[in-house]
Amino acid sequence: MSILKKIVSAVRGGASELGELIVDSNGTRIFEQEIRDAENYLRKAKHDLTDVMAKQMQSSRQVESTRQEILQHESYAVKALKQNDEALALEVAEKVSTFEADLEEQEAVLAAFTDHVTRLKTLVKKTERQLADYERQLSMVKTTESVQKASASISDNYASTSSRILSAKDSLDRIKKRQQETYDRMEAAEALEKEEQGDLDEKLEDAGIIPPPKSAQDVLDRIKREQA
Amino acid sequence: MHPDWMEKNMATRDLAQRLLEIGSFDGFEFDCQPIPGEIELLQVTVSEFEDLPVFVSVTDNQILCITYLFAESDLDPAQRSDILEEMLTLNIPMPLSSFAKIDDRYVVFGALAIGSGIEEICHELITLTENCAEALLALEEYLK
Repeated sequence: MSILKKIVSAVRGGASELGELIVDSNGTRIFEQEIRDAENYLRKAKHDLTDVMAKQMQSSRQVESTRQEILQHESYAVKALKQNDEALALEVAEKVSTFEADLEEQEAVLAAFTDHVTRLKTLVKKTERQLADYERQLSMVKTTESVQKASASISDNYASTSSRILSAKDSLDRIKKRQQETYDRMEAAEALEKEEQGDLDEKLEDAGIIPPPKSAQDVLDRIKREQA
Repeated sequence: MHPDWMEKNMATRDLAQRLLEIGSFDGFEFDCQPIPGEIELLQVTVSEFEDLPVFVSVTDNQILCITYLFAESDLDPAQRSDILEEMLTLNIPMPLSSFAKIDDRYVVFGALAIGSGIEEICHELITLTENCAEALLALEEYLK
């Protein structure tokens, strides 16, 4: 069952079940323990990985050095043959065959290490994913727990101070009233501004400082003049 | 790095201190009151919205801000599925906040990352309160 589904059924079941969810087998402590286990596992897997990778590098160097030996000794054998020294060439060839046997063995070891590294890397990735998943689930449980406790505190607090959370309708009425007040204030401010500006314009016109607003007739007269 | 007031144990009390110090933000004033209980909780009211307190709690990885909308008993049972659908529809258009339910109460909430700065928190508190008022107005027809 997913943790979200567990939370849903626990919340439906009421506070006692939620309490169980938190302290019980699927609760916080178990999760925290699982996270710690996964972290330890991850640390160990990473440590192992470093070890194995070091061995893989070592083994790879050995393979390379044996390959070089083979190439070198093959060239010795060729030189011996060129000098018609069949016995020496055979001796060198024997050495080469020993190197080849070593190489086969070393390559098998290298393959085993490489395989081990791949498996450990997959394991580390898987554990990291699992760890992230546990942490996500723990966070969900803890948040649910915290919200439930917070909600209980709020209820207790309101009950103890004999005040109450306002009913939705009361809140709505107040919100509307306040909205209306804000609109009224804005309207009043606008009206006042208009009034003040109007008064001033009138005085300025009377004093001949600004021209009176042009009437439609004025505009028409101007257009006629321009047409003429 | 987290702001120093985010040291977990002191988180809500220090947040209250910060809000009192800042006094007002974007023309709104804050009033804070700690609520005693198992979980440290802060009741914050934004000026002009005194009826709609925001309850702030700090968890391991987030700051939760919750405002109560209405109780199940405020709803007209015949219209219950309509309002639920409406709330789901409004969830995305409503900036920064979401609808949720705690016990028998419907709420609007917003969650902030634990490292959020004081200005982000102030912005959240104001937006949440305004959203709550808007939501109440939008859903009024469903209330008894």
